[in-house]
Formats: sequence, C-alpha cells, structure tokens
Amino acid sequence: MSYLEYTVKATPSGLRKILYMNWPLTLLLISVASVGFLMLYSVAGGSFSPWAEPQIKRFVAGLVVMTTVAMVPIWFWRNMAAVAYGGSLVLLIMVELFGAVGMGAQRWIDLGFMRLQPSELTKITLVMVLAAYYDWLPGKKTSRPLWVLVPVLIILVPTALVLKQPDLGTAILLLSAGGALMFLAGVHWAYFAAVIAAGVGLITAVFKSRGTDWQLLKDYQFRRIDTFLDPSSDPLGAGYHITQSKIALGSGGWSGRGFMQGTQSRLNFLPEKHTDFIFTTLAEEFGFIGGISLLSLYALIIAFCVVTALATRDRFSSLVTMGIAVNFFLFFAVNMSMVMGLAPVVGVPLPMVSYGGSAMLVLMVAFGLVHSAHIHRPR
Amino acid sequence: MDKVQRVLTRRALLLGGAQAAFVGGLAMRMRYMQVDQADQFRLLAEENRINIRLIPPTRGELFDRNGAIIAQNTPSYRIVMVREDAGDVDEVIENLKRVIPLDPEELDRALAEMRRSPPFLPVTLADQISWEHISKVAVNAPALPGITPEVGLTRVYPQAGDFAHVVGYVGPVSDYDLSQIQDPEPVLRIPRFQIGKVGLEAKQEDLLRGKAGAKRVEVNANGRVMRELDRREGKPGADLQLTVDSALQSYVQARLGQESAAAVVIDCETGDLRAIASAPSFDPNLFVRGISVADYRGLTEDPYRPLANKSVQGAYPPGSTFKMITAMAALEAGITSPEETVYCPGFLEVSNRRFHCWKRGGHGHMNLEESLEQSCDVYYYDVALKVGIDKISAMAEEFGIGVRHDIPMSAVARGLAPNRDWKARVHGQDWLVGDTANASIGQGFMLASPLQLAVMTARIATGRKVAPRLVKSVDGVEQPSGAGEPLAVNQANLRRLRKGMYAVSNNRRGTAYRSRILADDNRMAGKTGTSQVRNITAAERAAGVIRNEDLPWERRDHALFVCFAPFDNPRFAVSVVVEHGGGGSTAAAPIARDILLQALYDGFPPLEAYPAKDRSRIEAQQERLRRELRPVTRPEDKDRA
Repeated sequence: MSYLEYTVKATPSGLRKILYMNWPLTLLLISVASVGFLMLYSVAGGSFSPWAEPQIKRFVAGLVVMTTVAMVPIWFWRNMAAVAYGGSLVLLIMVELFGAVGMGAQRWIDLGFMRLQPSELTKITLVMVLAAYYDWLPGKKTSRPLWVLVPVLIILVPTALVLKQPDLGTAILLLSAGGALMFLAGVHWAYFAAVIAAGVGLITAVFKSRGTDWQLLKDYQFRRIDTFLDPSSDPLGAGYHITQSKIALGSGGWSGRGFMQGTQSRLNFLPEKHTDFIFTTLAEEFGFIGGISLLSLYALIIAFCVVTALATRDRFSSLVTMGIAVNFFLFFAVNMSMVMGLAPVVGVPLPMVSYGGSAMLVLMVAFGLVHSAHIHRPR
Repeated sequence: MDKVQRVLTRRALLLGGAQAAFVGGLAMRMRYMQVDQADQFRLLAEENRINIRLIPPTRGELFDRNGAIIAQNTPSYRIVMVREDAGDVDEVIENLKRVIPLDPEELDRALAEMRRSPPFLPVTLADQISWEHISKVAVNAPALPGITPEVGLTRVYPQAGDFAHVVGYVGPVSDYDLSQIQDPEPVLRIPRFQIGKVGLEAKQEDLLRGKAGAKRVEVNANGRVMRELDRREGKPGADLQLTVDSALQSYVQARLGQESAAAVVIDCETGDLRAIASAPSFDPNLFVRGISVADYRGLTEDPYRPLANKSVQGAYPPGSTFKMITAMAALEAGITSPEETVYCPGFLEVSNRRFHCWKRGGHGHMNLEESLEQSCDVYYYDVALKVGIDKISAMAEEFGIGVRHDIPMSAVARGLAPNRDWKARVHGQDWLVGDTANASIGQGFMLASPLQLAVMTARIATGRKVAPRLVKSVDGVEQPSGAGEPLAVNQANLRRLRKGMYAVSNNRRGTAYRSRILADDNRMAGKTGTSQVRNITAAERAAGVIRNEDLPWERRDHALFVCFAPFDNPRFAVSVVVEHGGGGSTAAAPIARDILLQALYDGFPPLEAYPAKDRSRIEAQQERLRRELRPVTRPEDKDRA
C-alpha cells in the first residue's frame, strides 16, 4: 500500500504530532545516550571535559533534529529519497577530491561548525532510496533480473566510493544494510544464495591476492585480520588493542570493578577508550551486569523498530524502519564483536555511546524517520 | 493484506529473529569472558598494572680499628632532565651550558638516552656535580625548565691513597661484571649501581651490599608511575671495622714515600694487621668517578706499578730474611745445635760449583747467633745441605711461607716454598743440591710476600701460629682472633733464633746495628735481607761485583727487613720490602724501624729512641712526615662536609 492510497486526514497535525511520537523508543535512546555520557565522564578521569560535555550538547541538538525530522510527513521523505541519495553521492565524490585525511583515510569534509562524514550520511540515504525504490516497484517485478540489477548498482556505487577512502568497516555496513533491505523487499532467495557463494569466492580471492601486485586490501587491513585471527602473535604491536580489550572486558567479572575503578582504561592500557573501545570500559567497570544491560537496551530499540515497521501498512515506512534497525544492529553488533575479540578491528563506533558527532547526528536523523513513519502511519 | 506485505512481514520477523540470535550469542560470549574466565583476565590486568621497583640498599661503610672512616657513602649530586617538562630541549641545554660546564661525551650519551626513553623519564645530564654547581643550577632554575638537581649516594674514600690497596674501590656494574656472575641479583641491573671492583670492597661484596628492598607501584600503559602501593624496606649492607689503624697506615704510606715498596705491621698477639701498605699508591676516588684515559695510562705505564698491591700480591725472593727458617729446620732435625760452628772461608764448594758468601773474605767460625747477626751465607749452605730441602720447605709452611693467608684482599699471593715434588711436578726436573743452597738463603725458587714475611716474624716472636686478620668486626660482631695455637717446634730453639735476631740490630757487628732502637723497653730484633734479581757471573765476581748504585734501577737488589719489638714481650712485627732498593740494612731496615717505633708509641716516638748521632736527621724527617700525614676522618666530621 502506498501513501497515495490512504487518507491523510486521520494523521495528527501540528504540535500534537509530538504526543504521537514513539515515546518508548525516545526513552530508550536517551537511556543509551546517558550510558555514553557516564562512560565518557569516567574515561576522562571523572570530568565532563573533554568528551562528556560536547557529547551531551550534541545529543540535545540531535534530539531537536530528530523531532524536526519526525514532524515532517514520511511521504515528503519518500519523495526526497532520490535527491538525498544523489546528494550523498556528490558528497562522497567531494570527499574523495577535497576531503581531510584522518587515520590514513579520507573521511570527512570540514564544514567549519562540524566535520561531515558523507559515508555516515550514506547509510541513511541508501536505506531511503532503496525503500522508495521498492515502494514504487510493483511487487511482481521484484525478483526480475533487470529490476534486481538496479538496486544492486544503487548499493555498489556508494560502497565502492567508501571502500576507496578506504573505510572497510562502513563499506561492509553499507553492503549488509543494502542486502538486508533487498531481502526484506522480497527478492528471491536464489539471488542471495548466489551472492553468498560469490562472497566466499571473493574472500578466497582477497587472501590469495596478498603479496601480489593486485592485492585487494591494504597492508594494514591484512594485518588487522592476522591479529584478529591470532592476537597473541603480536601482543605489543597490532594485536595490542584486541589483547588489552579482552583483558579489560574479562577482568570486569560479574559486577565490574566499580565506576571509575577500571585499571585498564584508567591507566591507558585501553586504546581509543572514548570511541571504538568504550564498551570495554563499560564492561570493565560495570561487569557482566552492565554489559548485558546495555545489550538489552540495544535489543529493545531493535524490537521497537521491528514492531513499528510491522505496525504500519505503508511499505516505504516499513522498509525504512527495518533498514534503519538493521543499520543500527550492524553498528553495535560489529563493535561488540570487535571488542570481544570475535571480529577484526574495523573501526566501527558503538552507536549513541561512542564519542563522535557525525555518527550520532546521522542516527538521530534516522530515528527521526522512524518517528515520522510512526506518527504518519495510515490509520 | 496483500502478498507483498506478507512477504515483508515474514522476512522482517526472520531478520529480527536472526538479530535476536546474534544478540544472544554476544551475551553468551560476554558471560564466558566475564564470568567463567574472569579470574584469569583479572590476573592479567593486575600484571599490567603493577610493577615491582627495586630500592637499592645502602652499602655498608668501612671504619678503622678506632672508628675513623675509611669508606663512606656521601650524597652526590647529579643533574637530571625531564624532556616533557623542558619544552625546547636544545635551548635548555644551551642555557645549562652557560651555567655549568658539561662533558660533551656524557651529554651526547644523555641525549641519545633521551630519544629512546619516554618523555617523562628523568635522564642524567651530569653526574658527581659539586655543591657549587648545584647551587648555580638552583639559582638559575627559572631559565632551566625540566632541569632538577638530584641527590644520590656515592662511595667516597676520605683517606684517598692510604687505603687504595687494602679497600680497593667500587664502580658501576659493567656488562663484564654481569657476565661473571651466575644468576645476578636484579639490583645489579639498576643503572649506576656500585659494586666492589677490587680489594676488600670486592671480596666482602656480599656483606657490604645488603639486600635490596622493593616497592610495588601502579603504572600506566606508558610505564609512568601513578602511585606507590606498598614497599618492603631492604637491608643495608653491614658496616665493617678493620684491624688497620688509619693514623699508622697513613704514616707507613708516607714513610714509604715514592719508593716502590711495601710494608706490613702485624699485631703479634692477635694477628691484627695494623697497617698494610704498598707504594706508590693511587687515589681510588678517581675510579669511582670513572677514571680518565690519561690518568689510567699514567698509572699503568708507571714502572713503579702503583696499581699493584705489593704487600700481599708481590712475591719476592725473601733473601736472608729466610735464614731463620733454614736454621729452624736444621735445629728441629737435630743435625746442628746453636753452639755448633761452621767455618766460612767466603764460599762453599757444592758439586764443583762455588756458592759465595756475601763477604768475600769469609766470616771464619760461625755459630747460630753469629750467623744470623752477620748474615753469613756459608753457615746456611752447610746446614741446609745436611737437612735437605723437604724439611726446610715444611718448616717454611709452618711459619706461613708458601701458604695463602685468608684475608679479604685481591690477589693474595701464595708465594712458594719449593721442594722436590714441586720441582718434579712443575719443571719436570730433579732437585739439585745447588737448588737447596740457593733456597737456604731465600734465593732461587723461594718466594714470599711482605704479608707472609710479617706473619713469619710474628710466629717467630710469639712461638704461636699467628694468623693475619683484617676484619675486626662485622656490624659490631667481633671476628675470631688470629692468635693461633703454639707452633709444633721446640720453643727453646725459637728463643735462640730470637737472640740471633736481637744481635742483628743490637750488636755492633749486626747487619742492622745502625737501625737499632735505644729505648730499653722497646728493643728491636730483626733480620736484614738483600735478594738478587740477577745472576752474578764468574767473570763479574772476578772483576768485583758491580755495586747497586751503578746498576739500572730494575736490576738492583731488593732490600728487605723483618723485625719485631719489644724483644722481651713482642707486640708488633713488621716487614718491609723495597723493590730494587739495594741492601736490606741500608734501604729497608731504617724504614721498618721507624714504622715499628710509630706503632709502639702510637704516634711519633721520642728522639731518645734513636741513636744520638741520627737524632737531628730523624727530627727533620719527622717534621717532614708530620706535614704529609693525612688527617683521619672521624664519623662526627662527616656532617661538616
């Protein structure tokens, strides 16, 4: 069912829309963000600067942005999907040409008041454009090869640009989220089976390419995979991050070492403890109880998104909400797997908790879309 | 609901389920790490966090028998720099150079160390800085960010050269030192930690070093210390009191002067070494600081070998000072009696070879006492050939020659009391009669150190097996005395020997008559010795033996003298060896007599103790030495520095 087919009159209007927002979801987001503030306060040695205070300000700004996005009818966003996608492609190309280099990769454009990471933005616009595409496409054409090729190209173009930066983590996230959306839209199983088979082949090729002229990954990416497979092989070098992270996490025990008592993070044994490895600090200081609590909050957010997606009869809303949920899930699943030593260190932050403006703002915009879908659902 | 919507719902639930399963997996993993393996990871975290730092122990100090300081630990100042506090390192060093002189070599080493170490670790720019320079740095502190003066302890030998050979010196642990020690203590790896290198400092290292303490500190990932968790104090090294008398030692060193010589003063009753000196000496403090190449070359290339510890390490042919042993062997074997005489025509024919007496014309008929008094060689050739080398050698060992005395100094020589077995073993040759003749007057293979000669004299004087003792007490605990059991010889024979030695320095015809002591209660008994270091050919003997004064220094005879006093109730025995000094009676006896008097009177003796015609010369000598003596350092003086 498309938005043109249901009556608009039943949806709330004006400021009353705020009452119709998905409030449990909002409270969950605030809870998760608060865990982040607490941990940023802790890793700064009991201080709001340099991380907790800007993070709080950004989150408040993010709430405003989220509400603003929520107020705008979901069909407006559907109409804007193609434009947003195009815009993010332009930004990706700009970052390639003029972007600043950080951590060995071109990742952001300095806008003066903030650093814009187009790859973060693309995560949302890709979901939007794919949802809009399948909303537009008649159901029976979904699995026809030509109509499958179009979304594949839509996914691969930004993925390729992100990979060139190079940012392997985000590229994998884009690929996975795009694939998930195609899966949800009802593309035939056979395509996914074929892609998985091809993927296995590609991974084999990547490893075979190592050391040759046409090697497909950078050396540091290969090394990360090596140290992931055997962190103890180089405990003071590249394996240091994973080893120290596991020690910190494990030493937390059942109830943790106490707030601001984590020796691993306080004594700087943990790397990037305010960004990618913030979950380790949480697990060290609050133990299994703290870790499982945050994991539960995340699971609840996903659950609320899935419920919202299933509750609406609007196809675009369902797909966008599910796509955002998948994106969010991939975020924390990859990050947690990484700090627990289950995945290589790919540089994916913990959503809503890790210090960083760009990623949080994009997520707030995304949840704004979820709210908008909820408020403006067909009644 | 249409088909498309149903597919979406089904697949959304499927995807949601997959996500839920993954979250479950993460939870399981977290449980495994944080609950099942928590103890193991906790241990690893503690290992990360806690470092053990050693606290170096304070080295034991050395005192003389009266409590005067021989080796002490004094504060030493060094300049350290912390890179992260300094800001512009080059500029700060330039500023520092304007305030105090810096050794460019040490500076280069410090800068290299600074590049390697984390920015918060202090690096030493200059060590052993004077108080004056430290205060200059303190005054200029505002222009010198990151520069701080630090206080440590370093070894100082206030008596400088007087104890250089006894005590030796300490120095920083070298890689070579570490390679010599099996399983070295961790404290040895502390930079600039000092250990004994030679002498008593090295021999008693275990006592002096003490036990290192340790503190547990919490460190961060860069190794910076965050706080101290707890500490276990170490045990400082033991303080050692030596038997040596600082004032006497200083006198002996000054009296030997710039001769290449050695002297030992031993307490006849207890075996205490009151002085044990070797000249020329050197300043051990130079080695503690790190001696310059030029200074070191000066010491090694000096023909008088200042680094050699001649008093215990030097082995010399004892010459005529050995004659008591030969006589004792003959008397004990019963092949002669004190009254029996030997005719000396100036030589003795032994298997077609003439063994000469020092006196060309011969001494005529000699009994035991006369032979000692006038040091007749033929008498000893005669009795030695009758008694045989093995008995002489055994007697020498009974009196401490050819035996390594157990005192904690470097390279204590064993000397040599040769016998038939020894020659067969070492040279693979038969013992010849001529060898016995040579050995009987302390020549040939016979070797003894000044320490051994002093011990021999003390044993003759007391009739007991006096053993030398250098360490009087360890941390206040008195060490066993060296008084010894009575010797396994006829004491009556010993008395006759002592009478002969009395005659040497009291009878007009005695070889050391000129060095006699006149004070009646301090009469001295002694024996001269002059040992050849070259062969005198028949041709030279025919033309007249070349006088020592006409020979180059290194070919002249060694001069020796051993003595004890008072004759009736021996308190001290003294041995003196002057390398290439010429005759024992002229070069060694006056020195030994002066040292003995100094020991007996515990200071400068009254001039009445000397023969009247020598008194004015002795007075001048005392005047000169008084100025040269190094004042002893008492513990209460320490604060003044």
